[in-house]
Amino acid sequence: MKKLVLFIVSFITWLILTWTVYLPSLLIGVGVSLIVSFWFADIFIRHPQNFFQIKRFLYLLLYIPIFIFYCIVANLDVAYRVLHPKLPIEPGIVKVKTELSTLTGRVALANSITLTPGTLTVELTDDGYLYVHWINVKAIDVEEATKMIVKKFEPILKEVFG
Amino acid sequence: MMWIVQFFMGLGIFFGIFGNIGLLRFPDIYTRLQASSKCSTTSLFSIFIACMLLEGFTPMTGRILLIALFFLVTGPVTSHIIGRHAWERGVIPWKRKKVKD
Repeated sequence: MKKLVLFIVSFITWLILTWTVYLPSLLIGVGVSLIVSFWFADIFIRHPQNFFQIKRFLYLLLYIPIFIFYCIVANLDVAYRVLHPKLPIEPGIVKVKTELSTLTGRVALANSITLTPGTLTVELTDDGYLYVHWINVKAIDVEEATKMIVKKFEPILKEVFG
Repeated sequence: MMWIVQFFMGLGIFFGIFGNIGLLRFPDIYTRLQASSKCSTTSLFSIFIACMLLEGFTPMTGRILLIALFFLVTGPVTSHIIGRHAWERGVIPWKRKKVKD
């Protein structure tokens, strides 16, 4: 199962990279994907049955526009803070909690936090806490900070990677 | 069509410049990481989108899309690694010095 998932992913990558239906090229792609999937299947994915649920891909599609929106807001925010003569920043590190249980989900959450306005993930602990550097600290409390930083993404990421 | 390409190219340059100004103006490692990580990702993405529109539907489009995808995964992770290292070394976030009026 794990090998099948990695085979599909690597073969699609090969198809996109070569962008042709020339037969020898396809055969080489199949061979390389087979070798790769036999070697690296164990470290690529842990719950392969989740890969075949269409619902997760739909939620991923829903997640992309939200993510792009926050990304643009983040950039305008940084541009504002950079150009303001008084440098309106009040930085600090806060601790937030996540309910995501899978590793991939946590990494996706950490990446999203890094790319959204004013926050940067510094540390990700095993028991589900993230240490986040916040450029303009509004709440020091764990609950409050979680509500303000994590709750924007967590419901959707839970559906995608949960 | 051409003006959309120019718009995205300009957006990329705009965000890149702001990221670099932030890198120079911000006081400590974390805030500098903030500026550089966000702005570099978005400016690269704008330039990728401009390239894709410029190319149209050709083999290059898919390749650019793949590069963008890989960058989306690895870009934040690099800043995460630098930030984590600083945090483990015990770098304290910068605080504004209170000035008496």
